[in-house]
Amino acid sequence: MKETEILIVGGGPAGLSAAIEAVKAGAKVLLIDDGLKLGGQLIKQTHKFFGSKEEYAGTRGFKIAEILLSELEKSGDRFEAITNTTVTGYYADDGVFGALTGEEKYFKVKPKKTIVATGAYERTIPVPNCDLPGVYGAGAVQTLMNVYGVKPGERALMVGAGNIGLIVSYQLAQAGVKVQAVVEAMPKIGGYWVHASKIRRIGIPIYTSHTIKEIHGKEYVEGATIVQVNERWEPVEGTEKHIEADLICLAVGLSPLIELLWQAGCEMRYIPELGGYVPVRDREMRTSHPDFYVAGDAAAIEEASTAMIEGKIAGLCAAKSLGYDIPDFEEKFNAFWEQLDSLRKGPVTEKIRQGLPKAIVGEAYRHA
Amino acid sequence: MLERTGVPTREQIRGVTPPQEILNSKPVVIVECFQRIPCDPCHTACPTGAILEFEDINDLPKVDWSKCTGCALCVAKCPGLAVFVVDMTYSDKEAIVKIPYEFRPLPNKDEIVECLNREGVVVCEGKVIHVFEPFKDGTKVVSVVVPKEFAMEVRHVRVVRKDE
Amino acid sequence: MGGWIKEHPILSFKHGRKVKFYVDGKEYEGYEGEPIAAALHANGIKVYRRSIGLGRPRGFFCAVGKCSSCFMIVNGVPNVRVCITPLREGMRVQTQMGKGEIR
Repeated sequence: MKETEILIVGGGPAGLSAAIEAVKAGAKVLLIDDGLKLGGQLIKQTHKFFGSKEEYAGTRGFKIAEILLSELEKSGDRFEAITNTTVTGYYADDGVFGALTGEEKYFKVKPKKTIVATGAYERTIPVPNCDLPGVYGAGAVQTLMNVYGVKPGERALMVGAGNIGLIVSYQLAQAGVKVQAVVEAMPKIGGYWVHASKIRRIGIPIYTSHTIKEIHGKEYVEGATIVQVNERWEPVEGTEKHIEADLICLAVGLSPLIELLWQAGCEMRYIPELGGYVPVRDREMRTSHPDFYVAGDAAAIEEASTAMIEGKIAGLCAAKSLGYDIPDFEEKFNAFWEQLDSLRKGPVTEKIRQGLPKAIVGEAYRHA
Repeated sequence: MLERTGVPTREQIRGVTPPQEILNSKPVVIVECFQRIPCDPCHTACPTGAILEFEDINDLPKVDWSKCTGCALCVAKCPGLAVFVVDMTYSDKEAIVKIPYEFRPLPNKDEIVECLNREGVVVCEGKVIHVFEPFKDGTKVVSVVVPKEFAMEVRHVRVVRKDE
Repeated sequence: MGGWIKEHPILSFKHGRKVKFYVDGKEYEGYEGEPIAAALHANGIKVYRRSIGLGRPRGFFCAVGKCSSCFMIVNGVPNVRVCITPLREGMRVQTQMGKGEIR
């Protein structure tokens, strides 16, 4: 059995940032990630990030992962990372996690504190033939093409005009894939308008108030029928269009990955604005379980920039709870919250502002 | 409209276009950013202070035209690729448009390329006179010469080579 | 269909060693250490298994080891998530029918 002071589950923007802060404060960290490389979804983000300097604005996502990882290289023996390993469960009786390397090698981990930075998974939509090969998560396609250099198809249809749908459409075009169209059931584009303008000017049409009616193909995707929807979300007869495509990317939303928090008995709330069930937490990112912290998309579907700051808060506070003396704790803690507040101030984060008060308990959780 | 189509309206474009006397006097920036999002690299990249400091990071960029030299560093830096430079002083009939470019193949100097508008429609041909990469981060800035009447239309270029 | 991206405006791909592997007995090439699914896709292989009830084709979906769509038999072991399992020299990959059999 492996023992550690802080176990971080997930090596994306939140988990890596948490590790950096916790190690800086003096704690020993074990980070476990199920991917083959650390960096989570950052490593496939080829676009430049928004935000301000503190969150590496203007820097491409995969470069940010490199920056975070090089920061962690300075940690010496206080930081250990294990990749290709899934944390499979938490056994509350003795506070032990099970972990599985590859598909066959099990081991146990017993930490003092745990930061759950597991991220999110991609949703799908029920439509005839949505199970055919060639219908993939948009983020998954991004991994294939941007991390492993595989051309995912020749002609693509993107479902969803949120930021992921718009960004991945642009990236498909950069990889030489012809994007036939982006369809969005809502009457408005959900992602940043600059991303939408970027793909319009290279010739990709965006059909708002449109949905995918049916996917065609036998062994794998050959095309799809799209159709306009009215304000009651009903298909408008006679507006069907056939789109030829060997790749259909679903960018229809994300759900937080929160199984470990359920298993730990953390208080969970269903908050649609934050993406579904999320753990209730205090401003230190501590959940109702005194030894469990959360950060990033597992806490609320948001941006990588906010995930990094939440990670720093969780890492800092988890280290403090272990008794490490952090002279500039207050200063850092307040600065992180100021950054979060400023990123969450604008109109594009309205939903987040509505959801967060339902998830964050005002004062620190009163742990007995 | 922009929120439904991804294409800014005429009025929106007019709102970010400098006054005619400035446009006719020097190369100058056009910041086609119409949504309050948390982002400020255009300001931090600007070496002359023409893109003003943000009070709130969600503010829309504000430009002091008098300070802009049309250097296009902001064109290369904007994460939304929403910034362009237009130089109406190039010649009697032609203007230069500086456009962020992140595709392959790269246009060569003096190559004739297709010029696309904000809707992705080819509106004219243009001649590429300069390609540079200020931050060595993959975003090139392509300077393309187009007929003046298309300077406020052309926002993308496409390389078309017969042998490919 | 598929293939490796040769030229990219932002990225340069640093692939590892090229290795041979087998899918249902047929030889293919991929890069060592990269997910089996990447090599399959680059070789134009999209159908990884058949569903339990209706025998419908199943393939890649989430790329993060969460959705169970990409289960295949790898070196005799069924239900391997090929989207996050690294490719090794000589690996024997098989299309999985239904639940797969644990031996």
